[in-house]
Amino acid sequence: MLGQFRLRAERHMKLFRCLRKSAALRKRITRTDSIRPGDVLAFVVLRNELVRLPYFLEYYRAQGVRHFLMVDNGSDDGTAEYLERQRDVSLWTTQASYKGASFGVDWLNHLLWLYGVGHWVLVLDVDEFLVYPFCDTRPLSALTDWLDSQGRRSFGAMLLDMYPKGPISAQPYQSGQNPFEIARFFDSGNLGIRRNAPYQNLWIQGGVRQRVIMATQPKAAPALNKIPLVRWQRQYAYISSTHTLLPRALNKVYDDSGGEFASGVLLHAKFLDTILAKTREELTRAEHYAASREYQAYAASLAQGQDLWCEWSSEYINWRQLEILGLMSKGDWA
Amino acid sequence: MSGQGAPLGIIMLCHTALHRAAQVARFWLDAGCPVVIHLDRAVSHADRDAMRAALGAHPLVRFSPRHRCAWGSWQLVAATQDAAELMLRDFPQTGHVMLISGACLPLRPASELQAHLAAHPQTDFIESVAIEHAEWITGGLSEERFTLYFPFNWHKQRLAFDTFVDVQRKLGIRREIPRPLRPHMGSQWWCLTRKTLSAILTDPRRKRYDRYFRQNWIPDESYFQTLARVHAAQIDSRSLTLVKFDRNGRPNLFYDDHLQLLRRSDCFVARKIWPEANRLYDFFLSDQLARQPRLPAEPAKIDRYFELAEQQRREGRAGLYMQSRFPAHDSAAAKTAGPYSVFSGFDHLFENFEHWLGQVSGARAHGHLFASERVQFHGGARVWHGAISDSAAIRDYNPRMFLTNLLWAARGERQCFAYGPEDMMDHEVNWFMATDTNAEIQVIRGAWILPLWRRGVVSDAVVAEVARLQKREQLWLEVLESRWVLAKCKIWTVSEICAAPEQCLAMAVQDSANAAALTAHGLAQLYRLEGLPEFLTALRNQGLPPQNFKDFNF
Repeated sequence: MLGQFRLRAERHMKLFRCLRKSAALRKRITRTDSIRPGDVLAFVVLRNELVRLPYFLEYYRAQGVRHFLMVDNGSDDGTAEYLERQRDVSLWTTQASYKGASFGVDWLNHLLWLYGVGHWVLVLDVDEFLVYPFCDTRPLSALTDWLDSQGRRSFGAMLLDMYPKGPISAQPYQSGQNPFEIARFFDSGNLGIRRNAPYQNLWIQGGVRQRVIMATQPKAAPALNKIPLVRWQRQYAYISSTHTLLPRALNKVYDDSGGEFASGVLLHAKFLDTILAKTREELTRAEHYAASREYQAYAASLAQGQDLWCEWSSEYINWRQLEILGLMSKGDWA
Repeated sequence: MSGQGAPLGIIMLCHTALHRAAQVARFWLDAGCPVVIHLDRAVSHADRDAMRAALGAHPLVRFSPRHRCAWGSWQLVAATQDAAELMLRDFPQTGHVMLISGACLPLRPASELQAHLAAHPQTDFIESVAIEHAEWITGGLSEERFTLYFPFNWHKQRLAFDTFVDVQRKLGIRREIPRPLRPHMGSQWWCLTRKTLSAILTDPRRKRYDRYFRQNWIPDESYFQTLARVHAAQIDSRSLTLVKFDRNGRPNLFYDDHLQLLRRSDCFVARKIWPEANRLYDFFLSDQLARQPRLPAEPAKIDRYFELAEQQRREGRAGLYMQSRFPAHDSAAAKTAGPYSVFSGFDHLFENFEHWLGQVSGARAHGHLFASERVQFHGGARVWHGAISDSAAIRDYNPRMFLTNLLWAARGERQCFAYGPEDMMDHEVNWFMATDTNAEIQVIRGAWILPLWRRGVVSDAVVAEVARLQKREQLWLEVLESRWVLAKCKIWTVSEICAAPEQCLAMAVQDSANAAALTAHGLAQLYRLEGLPEFLTALRNQGLPPQNFKDFNF
């Protein structure tokens, strides 16, 4: 009981905080009038991602995302100008600290509170590509209709780190290209999962980042559990990235009695040559989680030509392959 | 119209996706079938007008009086009655009348259905199962649907619904079922002959029946099903409409990728179609259907498809721990993906045990997977199936999932490994394996002392190490000897093994080894143990309790 009060207080604090932090957001262009009831919306915070944007937008438009609500955190590579020209994008800009806004979560919560209510929302980074059961034959709205019919309000999709074979700099990424032509490989079965008691979500670590980059300090490996698709309500709030939500019932995207819930995967196109420049930039900015520990590790490994590939790496084919491997499930969505 | 027999009348109950319903209505109209459409009262005027406009002033179309049809409510029956009366009155030539929904899609040309009905002019096609035999009912209530009162909505007032049912059970309330009705249930979607339908609608006791069914739970699945038993001449108790229900009793939706599956159905109509399944609507409503070769009907295949999905949701895949399946302790039938064997101490007593085991078993024989410095995968591999790392740090961060991951990634191949007090023993892992029906655990008690003996010195450090491992083994054996053990466990002593090494070894590996390979390769050789008693004596003299060595009676 006490725990519930504590969580409720935390949620209210979070919602209040996002209101406060939203003062830093400047409207660049809003086309939110064009949002229709029932549209699936995407919410994104980004910085200097011009090269990735064309494929990102194309990918999610094809899945049926109707509007993108984006926060540009001080890009200087033309990201904002590019997004301004897209007819289905509403754009806010801010020069404020990413870290100071709980790594962007405060801004997202605010926009979700304003525009997300009643919609299925996808909260994403530009290097995350959602794969869900039957995504090759059914649009996102088929999934969200089904989730509605099952009374589900959230849908889990774990991060799956994708990587190329050979040094990361060997295959440069071209704008508009499918990043998984280069980053074609992934680790299929080395995840560690534990229950995160207070929030009732699963805490998943592992994959290539733990195997290679954080091998000596596995505890510090980044969390891979994500809940990016939610039927938003005004009282909801993301707590840390899209790993954790409140109220905590939203975190229960797994069955604990032996069965399987339907779930998806966010293919993570982080390990492209673009990460090398990003690493240099982020280390000077120090705006990332845990003193940018992750980027320090990248500087020590990837920048030195470390190969992430191993003989048991799997090459990506499609969602059915991921399902057979046990990384995602169609549950009873037949 | 195909000209065989009387035309088929279609009653459509519609509430959403009216553009699709209009398309389907058009399909039946083009085949010369009169269509009576019921629009739910919740449908807006704009949508209603749009649908009327889409169909135009067709002589074979009628719109019946509108009701607000909540799920499982009497209004569904009332709407059907009104529509049926309209059909019988306005289209006197109609033979059979078929009830479908706005989300139904015909799977075969209308002429085929007409021919089927013309061949069975007196048959009523309605699934109608006597309540005492209907074991497939979702929701727990079977006969009580007919004998209790249900004033509350199951979806929206669940608590009140459940409480009211409980109260009535406690009070022993039992409504009388009007004679001569015998409760029957079945799919809501039927195809009745004109004769049966009008007999039901003009029954002199209809008022009494209606009053009774109004109080029932889900009368749309029992009203016509029960009354057809009174009036029908010949019932084929099988719906012509394909519906697959999910675990919550909701119909599964059909999507574009189900096209090939639907083509294999032996039904004439399918419910329920996702409104945006363009490919399905294009295919089944156009002449594409007639042009494609007919596929043989395999209804069992469709059943299987949905059963598998339901099974995956209910039971999941054994031994899989992932983001949307994480069974709490002991809540799943199987804890791991397949059988495996744990050998403790065998590698210290037998020469080249791991290599030999691999040869005679066809199983994968690893070294000490939980060794303190690194994981000893088979052949010294640095990474294993699933890209599992040999890093001890990663393994020890989540040892239980290290084990379940390995067994999942290598499913289909039996895994064997060495394990003992000299390893990173994790109490949780010990319990996990001991209570896992897939595990086979063979332990030679005290064998871990042999590597210490082979080092050849008796120092304080060695004594301390012996004491530490002894304690650890004791804890493990307490787990293995507890009454909760589900694994197949066998605990040997060194002296037992030394007395009859070949017999013991053959027994220990009988689950993993195959007889032919055993004959071909023979048994592993026992190491020579000369000098061991002196070592044990020295330890005893250093102050370790003598009962610790009672297993070593050579």
